[in-house]
Amino acid sequence: MKNGLQQLKISLLVSLLTLILLCGIYPAAIWGLSQALFPAKANGSLIEREGKAVGSELLGQNFAAEKYFHPRPSAAGNGYDAANSSGSNLGPTSQKQFDAVKERVAAYRKENGLAANVLIPADAVTASGSGLDPEISPANALLQADRVARARGLAAPRIVALIRNHIRGRSLGVLGDPGVNVLMLNLALDGMK
Amino acid sequence: MDMFGCIQLLLFLLILLLLTKPMGLYLLQVLTPGGKNILSPILGPLERIFYRFCGVDEKEQDWKGYASSMLLFSLVGTLITYLILRAQHLLPLNPQKFAAATPDLAFNTAVSFATNTNWQSYVGETTLSYFSQMVGLAWHNFMSAAVGIAIAAALVRGIARASARTLGNFWVDLIRTTLYLLLPMCVVYALFLVSQGMIQNFSAYTAAIGLEGGSQTIAQGPMASQVAIKMLGTNGGGFMNANAAHPFENPNALSNFVQMLSIFLIPSGLTYYLGRMVKNQKHGWSVWAAMAILFLAGTLVCWWAEAHPNHLLSTLGVDPAGGNMEGKEVRFGIFNSALFATVTTDASCGAVNAMHDSFTPLGGLVPLFNIQLGELIFGGVGAGLYAMIVYVVLSVFIAGLMVGRTPEYLGKKIEAFDVKVAVLYALVGAFSILGFSAWAAATKWGTAALNNAGPHGFSELLYAFSSGTGNNGSAFAGIGANNPWYNTTLGFAMLIGRFLMIIPVLALAGNLAKKKIAAASAGSFPVSGITFTMLIIGVIIIVGGLTFLPALVMGPVVEHFLMLSGKLF
Repeated sequence: MKNGLQQLKISLLVSLLTLILLCGIYPAAIWGLSQALFPAKANGSLIEREGKAVGSELLGQNFAAEKYFHPRPSAAGNGYDAANSSGSNLGPTSQKQFDAVKERVAAYRKENGLAANVLIPADAVTASGSGLDPEISPANALLQADRVARARGLAAPRIVALIRNHIRGRSLGVLGDPGVNVLMLNLALDGMK
Repeated sequence: MDMFGCIQLLLFLLILLLLTKPMGLYLLQVLTPGGKNILSPILGPLERIFYRFCGVDEKEQDWKGYASSMLLFSLVGTLITYLILRAQHLLPLNPQKFAAATPDLAFNTAVSFATNTNWQSYVGETTLSYFSQMVGLAWHNFMSAAVGIAIAAALVRGIARASARTLGNFWVDLIRTTLYLLLPMCVVYALFLVSQGMIQNFSAYTAAIGLEGGSQTIAQGPMASQVAIKMLGTNGGGFMNANAAHPFENPNALSNFVQMLSIFLIPSGLTYYLGRMVKNQKHGWSVWAAMAILFLAGTLVCWWAEAHPNHLLSTLGVDPAGGNMEGKEVRFGIFNSALFATVTTDASCGAVNAMHDSFTPLGGLVPLFNIQLGELIFGGVGAGLYAMIVYVVLSVFIAGLMVGRTPEYLGKKIEAFDVKVAVLYALVGAFSILGFSAWAAATKWGTAALNNAGPHGFSELLYAFSSGTGNNGSAFAGIGANNPWYNTTLGFAMLIGRFLMIIPVLALAGNLAKKKIAAASAGSFPVSGITFTMLIIGVIIIVGGLTFLPALVMGPVVEHFLMLSGKLF
């Protein structure tokens, strides 16, 4: 019993010291260093226009207008909810998922004026894991180029060139898959004359 | 399955291999009481302050003493987190003014983090304050990892020592692992993560107005400090709901690659530590090889399955070349999603960078099967090694039966008691997973929570109890588990999967330590080489795997064939 009480006392004291060190000093130190070394990143890679936050470079947001490139479908909250990230979690034999993709394929073809035999890139009609995927595949962006060009009264090759400039390659040349950041692309579009 | 995937897979395995020895040597320094390492001049005084302040006498304990210290510490830790979650609304660093967690959620979450499971019934960014995450949860990320490593060290000492009574001192192992191993690595790692785009702040959520005028609230928080230990300690509990799929929590392919490596780093190093301690480095490498082979097999199957599209969607005009992209992020693509899913379930990590629930049936079978095998393919920090050693003991026993010799492991006779506790270890998991799953499948509370119908719904609940018992924490996340029934049953599954496995392991360690070591002779069973590696793989698949075959057939396998026949639910 005496030994038990002693072990209990050690448990409590070890808890106390580790809490101070690992949950106080450590995160505070990381916070201080991050804010000093990488302030923009540590605060969410926010993008500002005219002094106001328009979103984060890292987070997808909704775009529905013809003149903007559209992101992937989102299952986060009511869509692109950056305070409620989520995938659809629908499985491969889900009727709901099948119906949703069917609808998205039809809508994608219609808004981009694509023939019925054009294959639709998978990322364009499936919800991402986080519901906040900031990127679309280059193929998806290129299929939207004509629509965006028409809506803005710009020549399509200029839009295609802009997309190509915005394709992010693989990290270190080998890691991951290429993508195009939708928010950054749309901001660049707004800057075009 | 493309060239870039192959290059990344080879690169991953090569870097892991190269890091194994240095990691193992460092672990040896850390886990040797009184041992010096590169950080001793700086952190040595802190270690001594810990012992003096807490009254740790540094005397070695027998297995019962070691186990009771561990149990007491885990109990105290669980209670502290339970209280923090229940009192969340009264505590600081709660800019979003989140209310207290309900009793069942607080129980489930406290147990989940104390057992290194990190199953999450809650949505991080809508439920938990920064204080709850940083103090209530991240603390366990460190401590439960340190406990796992301590237990593994105790078992390895039991094997290495002859005619000994003690296994080491729990508090010394715990404190040294935390101070010299986990904390310093996390400091460097967290800063790297921030440099890649991970957030680390205490701000209230940011209100943004998008280009089209829509508003977006952006969740913030002290994420990097927590994610570093979440990966390194194979905890896996996401700061955000989408876990490592969330762009803040895993900004790019490089952060993703490093996160996957960091899951395997310590477990891989522990195999080298084993080799060193038992003075048979070939044994350590043979265990490593068995893990690597099982890892490669799982990755290839999962990658192959996910690279093939859901053919029901292909009939709608979706480009089949894209593979199964539902629930995956563009920056990771098919390969890195499949690799992450395999790594996180080989280990008992449970972080996800893609939604396993939306994987193809066979792609989702791989993580589920990995968990059911007992997460010994590198495995959780410490937990992976002790699970593997239990299977090594079983393998040696079975090999002994086959050739008609007294089974012997590294010069120690394997006797009835050792085999009994090893079998107990293997059975506890099976009973918990299958028992709870059967119960849930047969009741209304069990099936009402499902997000998918048909066999996929069954897979959801099977995965939940496998993940809970296996202390993994990943999910077929459609399941709505935040209710008293699931929170309670999963809470007990996690407790069973942690403590009813650790206690047999420590008993085994205590019993092995007592034995004499016989000199190796021509009749000794060699515990290294290809035959040995293949033998343990076989025993793992047969003893660990076949138990779950009928359940797997009812879930993913049936779903696969129904999908091919065009059936929807």
